[in-house]
Amino acid sequence: MKQPIKVKELAVSQRINNFSEVVLGYTENEALQEAERCLQCKNPQCISGCPVGIDIKRFIFQITQKDYQGAYFTIREKNNFPSICGRVCPAEYQCRKACILTKKESNFASEETINIHFLERFIGDYGIRNNLEVSQSKDNRFFRFKVAVVGSGPAGLSCAGELARKGIKVTIFEALHQLGGVLRYGIPPFRLSRDILDKEIENLVKLKVEFVPNCIIGKTISLNELFKEGFQAIFLGLGAGTPLFLGIPGENLCNIYSANEFLTRINLMSAYRFPEFHTPINVGKNIIVIGGGNTAMDAARCALRLQKINGLNPNVTLLYRRTEVEMPARRLEIEHAKEEGVNFRFLVQPKRFIGDENGFVKKVICLECRLGEPDASGRRRPVEVEGSDFEIETDLVIIAIGLKANQVLTSVTPELKTDKYKDIIVDPETMQTSIKNVFAGGDIVGGEGTVIEAMGMAKKAGSSIIASLLNN
Amino acid sequence: MKILHKEILARSNNLYIIRLEIIAPEISRKAKAGQFVVLMVNEKGERIPLTIVDKDIENATITLIFQEAGLTTKLLGRLNPGDSLYALVGPLGNPTEIERYGRVILVGGGVGIAEIYPVAKALKEKENQITTILGARTKDLLILEEKLKKISDEFYITTDDGTYGRKGFVTDILEELLSSKIKAMGYKLVYAVGPIPMMRRISEITSSYNIKTIVSLNAVMVDATGMCGCCRVTVAGKTYFSCIDGPEFDAHLVDWEELKKRNRIYQDKEKHICNLYRI
Repeated sequence: MKQPIKVKELAVSQRINNFSEVVLGYTENEALQEAERCLQCKNPQCISGCPVGIDIKRFIFQITQKDYQGAYFTIREKNNFPSICGRVCPAEYQCRKACILTKKESNFASEETINIHFLERFIGDYGIRNNLEVSQSKDNRFFRFKVAVVGSGPAGLSCAGELARKGIKVTIFEALHQLGGVLRYGIPPFRLSRDILDKEIENLVKLKVEFVPNCIIGKTISLNELFKEGFQAIFLGLGAGTPLFLGIPGENLCNIYSANEFLTRINLMSAYRFPEFHTPINVGKNIIVIGGGNTAMDAARCALRLQKINGLNPNVTLLYRRTEVEMPARRLEIEHAKEEGVNFRFLVQPKRFIGDENGFVKKVICLECRLGEPDASGRRRPVEVEGSDFEIETDLVIIAIGLKANQVLTSVTPELKTDKYKDIIVDPETMQTSIKNVFAGGDIVGGEGTVIEAMGMAKKAGSSIIASLLNN
Repeated sequence: MKILHKEILARSNNLYIIRLEIIAPEISRKAKAGQFVVLMVNEKGERIPLTIVDKDIENATITLIFQEAGLTTKLLGRLNPGDSLYALVGPLGNPTEIERYGRVILVGGGVGIAEIYPVAKALKEKENQITTILGARTKDLLILEEKLKKISDEFYITTDDGTYGRKGFVTDILEELLSSKIKAMGYKLVYAVGPIPMMRRISEITSSYNIKTIVSLNAVMVDATGMCGCCRVTVAGKTYFSCIDGPEFDAHLVDWEELKKRNRIYQDKEKHICNLYRI
């Protein structure tokens, strides 16, 4: 079997002094060669690995036939944002892991599996370049319906797309001044270029979706008021907005950021272009990032770029309490972070932060860990080694250990039932919440997940909303 | 988001305190005393929080009062009626708990006076007896005197330089009021907004008299919806987000030292950007 086609990337030296997209994507020729590698299995496993069930086998076959338009519409049948998903999906844990070429017992896809995500990206970008559009349904049963979508992140955008394609009038309410949710404030432009994000959102505008930024449902307008305004159904894609902290001494010292704050300042507010943009961000000489997920990789790589842009020697160290295998981040991000010069220290648990006389962090005291028995997540639990304390000098720390539910809406809407994590409880069949005609999906249901999982839930909710509108 | 009225409330040398009335129908309908908005002056701007000082539901407006301090407030001060903000969102934060306490003292320092006004008004409507203490650096920087005088049962003014009212600090008056034993027993609440050292000192004083004291904290924020944790404060040993858990807290439990330091995180950068824009 032929070797997988490597995707072209910016050289490291061209990456780390800017925020340009690192992965350049396949050329037509490369896409054709990669698509040719697909075995076109009789019983394709990859599709079962996709949270939205894209007909992967078919769109890859269409690529081999140079039917790119056909491939685009095959993907769009199930996924409204192929250019986004082709860039941010952790394919090695999803479709590619399910691919028959993945070795059994492997934690993630083997290298030789088909690069489905790069092919999806190629097709998505082809669609954008050629202005391919999914047309609105002509079914006039839907034109009288109005649906409100709360949150413009992956779940909200996806649900809006599903509904708008049917001809339903959709209004998306967004708390921030720009659209995209975590795709905008969280994922850096070097992973998802802003042009692509804008283009994918424009596709919704073409479907007559209306956007209302600067509007917080639960504060500016309540759910009841939305119903009074004539919306017949509401979809909540609120996200898991609240950052978790370690809960250790010294955590509120200056220059200790949550990854959310650090990334929001950079990605949403363009603080890396301070003072042209007015939002400040501090840059440390010795930056520590704590965590092992994609957000930690994003933060570390942003931090490195900030140092470089500000004329400092790159010095970013990522601390993780398990080992590389257990890291939940995409393998590609880990690789990129390493290439760019992020230092990794595994089996380390921070215990306290020490500050200077002005309240700025100057040291982190850590303990070494070893791996114990597997925990509920199936990964081996880190066990602290007593007496192994050591310290690391630092002047800026980014904490990227996860998020929990944002309660701005749920705390003022007691009818909206939540679980012990304050995530919204839904009927898993319909995604309907405890309030009739209010549906939910994405991270606010079941906690942090991937972009495509959020989209999967949103699609399901979209179908239920359509069914319920027609039945009422 | 359009500015309807603008008024320079106070001016001393190059220091301005400005009042803007801004069209914001939804916020105006919802706003309660103690809540705030976040705004951006232009698309390259910073998101900053400002207290909603007043609202006019009929005209669908809210009133903001600010002192020109950093780049953003200076740019805001250059806007004129007819201009629009780039972004405006709210109302944010929890409203003040307005109850019938009995006798309450409201203390405002500097531009913090603007922030006690909506609370004073709401407390007055609940038939509380209002004692107001206002402090300004100098007479020219005193704001809202008439408006607050009207709703106060007792009214005091101090200026640091003695150009108006009593020379000295709001805390001098507060101590006098409380040290008279009978009076101290009668006060049920102190509500204070102003510079951190002022609020901190007030907290120390009222703590020794065991009088419930609420302060509205001016932590640095970005999204102000609980998403970033930039505004975290320690209260009674626990971390809270000022934007969603506050902005008001029990003054006696606030870690003032930490707040003071955290509010200086970007001090150098603010100076730098103001110099650069020559503003």
